[in-house]
Amino acid sequence: MSYVPSAELVARVLEGNLRAIARLATRAESGVDEARMALDDVFRHAGRAHIVGITGVPGSGKSTLVTALTAAIRRTGRKVAIVAIDPSSPFSGGSILGDRIRMGEVAGDPGVFVRSMATRGALGGLARGALEVVDVLDAAGFDVVVIETVGVGQDEVDVARAAHTTVVVSAPGLGDDIQAIKAGILEIADIHAVSKCDRPDANRTIADLKNMLAMAVGAGTRYGVRLTSKPGAAPDRELEWRPPVIATSSQRGDGVDELLTAIDRHYAALRDSGELDARRARIAERRMLAAAEDILRTRFAQHRDGRVAELLGAICERQVSPHAAATRLLDELNVGGHA
Amino acid sequence: MDASQDRIRVIIAKVGLDGHDRGVKIVARTLRDAGMDVIYTGLHRTPEEVVDAAIQEDVDVIGVSILSGAHMTVFPRLVELLKAKGADDIRVVGGGVIPDDDLPKLRALGVSEILLQDTPPETIVAAVRRVVAERGAR
Repeated sequence: MSYVPSAELVARVLEGNLRAIARLATRAESGVDEARMALDDVFRHAGRAHIVGITGVPGSGKSTLVTALTAAIRRTGRKVAIVAIDPSSPFSGGSILGDRIRMGEVAGDPGVFVRSMATRGALGGLARGALEVVDVLDAAGFDVVVIETVGVGQDEVDVARAAHTTVVVSAPGLGDDIQAIKAGILEIADIHAVSKCDRPDANRTIADLKNMLAMAVGAGTRYGVRLTSKPGAAPDRELEWRPPVIATSSQRGDGVDELLTAIDRHYAALRDSGELDARRARIAERRMLAAAEDILRTRFAQHRDGRVAELLGAICERQVSPHAAATRLLDELNVGGHA
Repeated sequence: MDASQDRIRVIIAKVGLDGHDRGVKIVARTLRDAGMDVIYTGLHRTPEEVVDAAIQEDVDVIGVSILSGAHMTVFPRLVELLKAKGADDIRVVGGGVIPDDDLPKLRALGVSEILLQDTPPETIVAAVRRVVAERGAR
């Protein structure tokens, strides 16, 4: 395929043309201005897919589980796209994207599309442009879009503000029950999957998670409603949802159908309660603010040697505080306009 | 890191029964350190799987290392599949242990570059960059 302008790729994406999908995803990832209007157009055609986020620590078995889950979704006849994220080097900016190594089982299935992405300096577990790539796959007609985050630590929770359903994968042997009651990653789970349950110490991990959940309920925390924050999009009724803990073993093939059942049940519960609209509003809010940040960062970079440098000098000499300088910078840059 | 910069995307694959992946991992790392996004498929892929993956990943270059002697089967098949799928803007770069007599044949078949054993890292990086530059923007 020789050069095709992004505007012309859109129609082909909507037809499900693989090369067009892949090319527009590349342009979304690199953030080129040329693709901006095409991606705006794609966004208007997206919104039908069920977006499922899968997150967990490095080596917890995310890719392996995503592969098994994808095979299970395919058996129900639905088409699946996977956005698999791995880290960029903080030094060279390059990356080794290895999630496909585990995905042999679904290779060659025309109903599966796998796209690897590098974080490119984004923190929070996702990659720059990842949600625009999700839009492209959604608009192309994939029924389920799975976002597999980079291996996360304790605090990278962006995926919960990008997905309808978030699955947190825990592996046995990675810490005690205090880890399980800490704030952060475990709190964002709609579903807990414990991987590698062929191992003897898996029962301990399952028990710790279940205890943690029981404690939270006992203390009066109500799951499902805690993430609703948009007043205009309040749920019709409260979502009755307690995150299940599902034991899986990719080696033995256990638990994957149960995981899919839980994911489908969660989506149905979101729809029936009206919580889905609230989550969509939350995703929209996060994306708009993230886009605003990106625009600002770009504008600042354009003025790095000019006004930004002057203000930095003034800050270093303590003539002006960082906060006051930032306010001045924003006033001067007329941020809403085009550069 | 500049998010708007065009980054070269390369898929690195091992095809067939050849299980020697030390060299290919070093190549993957070398290209990473040169600032490229490298998708590594792992071992025992078929040419069909590699081409399908290359299309989904929208790579600039497919790099396949072969130490098993199957190069005269695998490389022509990769080139043929790319043509059949309208994806011959994706370039094929070969590596591994390949007899000198086969090099002109592979080039004539459409393999853009062949990097033999003992190729220094900077030569590998330069070759990938050259192949992408010669293809031009897309």
